[in-house]
Amino acid sequence: MFDWKWDFTWEVLPRLIHATGNTLIAALAGYAIAVVLGLGLALAQRTPYRPVTLIVREFVEFIRSTPLILQIFFVFYVGPQFGIRLSPWASGMIAIGLHYSCYLSEVYRGGIESVAKGQWEAATALNMTTTQKYRRVIIPQAIPPALAGMGNYLVGIFKDTPMLSVIGVAELIHAANAIGSENYRYLEPYTLVGIIFLAVSLPAAGLIRLFESYVRRKLGL
Amino acid sequence: MNDVSAFPLEISGSPAPMVSFRKVTKSYGALTVLDELDLDIAAGEMVSIIGPSGSGKTTVLRMLMTLEQINGGVIYVDGQPLTHMPKNGMLVPASQKHLRKRRADIGMCFQHFNLFPHMTALENCMEGPVQVLGLSKTEARERSEELLEMVGMIGKKDQHPSRLSGGQQQRVAIARALAMRPKVMLFDEVTSALDPEVIGEVTNVIRKLVSEHNLTMLMVTHQMGFARDISDRVCFFYGGKIEEQGPPAELFGNPKKERTQQFLSAVKEAI
Repeated sequence: MFDWKWDFTWEVLPRLIHATGNTLIAALAGYAIAVVLGLGLALAQRTPYRPVTLIVREFVEFIRSTPLILQIFFVFYVGPQFGIRLSPWASGMIAIGLHYSCYLSEVYRGGIESVAKGQWEAATALNMTTTQKYRRVIIPQAIPPALAGMGNYLVGIFKDTPMLSVIGVAELIHAANAIGSENYRYLEPYTLVGIIFLAVSLPAAGLIRLFESYVRRKLGL
Repeated sequence: MNDVSAFPLEISGSPAPMVSFRKVTKSYGALTVLDELDLDIAAGEMVSIIGPSGSGKTTVLRMLMTLEQINGGVIYVDGQPLTHMPKNGMLVPASQKHLRKRRADIGMCFQHFNLFPHMTALENCMEGPVQVLGLSKTEARERSEELLEMVGMIGKKDQHPSRLSGGQQQRVAIARALAMRPKVMLFDEVTSALDPEVIGEVTNVIRKLVSEHNLTMLMVTHQMGFARDISDRVCFFYGGKIEEQGPPAELFGNPKKERTQQFLSAVKEAI
């Protein structure tokens, strides 16, 4: 039946744990890009300038309708033809950050649209500028309802980091593949990778829920 | 389109009205909500607007707060055009910059309070003075606490709106609007969303404002008794026009127009 080797398991575990660090860094860095850029994309879709709104909306649709792996290849392999030469890490972060920023922009958009019309009117009555309205009144109220969606995409981006292995980023799958081909054993490394993903994703989802209720309490909502 | 060439660049005269609607029209598609409304409000005057729903009462306030654009005519505040601005000796539609400048004279309280839920009562009041007027936090706090004291909400200043009753929220909202030191205050059915037993705490604050402050006020209300008590003038709106207006004793005691009589007797029956 199973030919599970514990000594081999313990031997490769440190290497996988090291790669887990890379995976987490990739996920968090990509997510940081997506969180900031996503908000920018959401706001850009609400400007009164029709051309801007239209272009941004089409861009978001385009990114959401094409596979992440294609975008990764594009940045890494096609970029150099236009003189943009980036390391696997930089390419990967840009591709994954851009990809998820488009999904996050939709989450933000939903959050912004959920803020009651009366809040805008009260802000106008206080004579706030558009920037002040967003910064002080609308976005603080748009974030809490968006947190659940934002959390889902944090776990999502974490699970998508293996795609970066195709351009040579040394994350978990990349490390497991390497271990497998060096030793002709795949059962242990892949199983461990699965367990590691589970061990990170599950508590992360729980933490996100806790954080969400904390923020709601903090903001008095 | 809206030809405003016949309107003056500013209103002078002594004393000039604080608020002046000149042939103001507002329509949503084919529906005309306000039809060439003319309405002058003197400085320090308290004017109440009553009338059946759909008669355009609330629209008057919303246009004055610049929450909605008008389709015709010009609104002046303190002698200066609000909905328009002078350019090369002519009136042109107001820019955002002009609106921001002129809007500073106007404050508004809403039927559903519209307090910022993520801020405490005090923070709600300080927000405008700090962010918009550029006051220091100390100054803004002082001003806000004074006003919260006036509306009887100083004891709850650190509470978020979700912890306050409707009447309490509305009193905070009044303090928030006053903290901007407007010349004109607008009250849009401020007691309509309240439980009957707390209406008094809000109307008492407004009474106090009328007696102690020289504010110009425009109020849309369904509280006929309250309007009668505190107004200098009551306007009865019907079909986007002022059907009848006058001192409260006259309008309520001896309405001349048939529609006013019908409306007032219908309201009386409801009570």
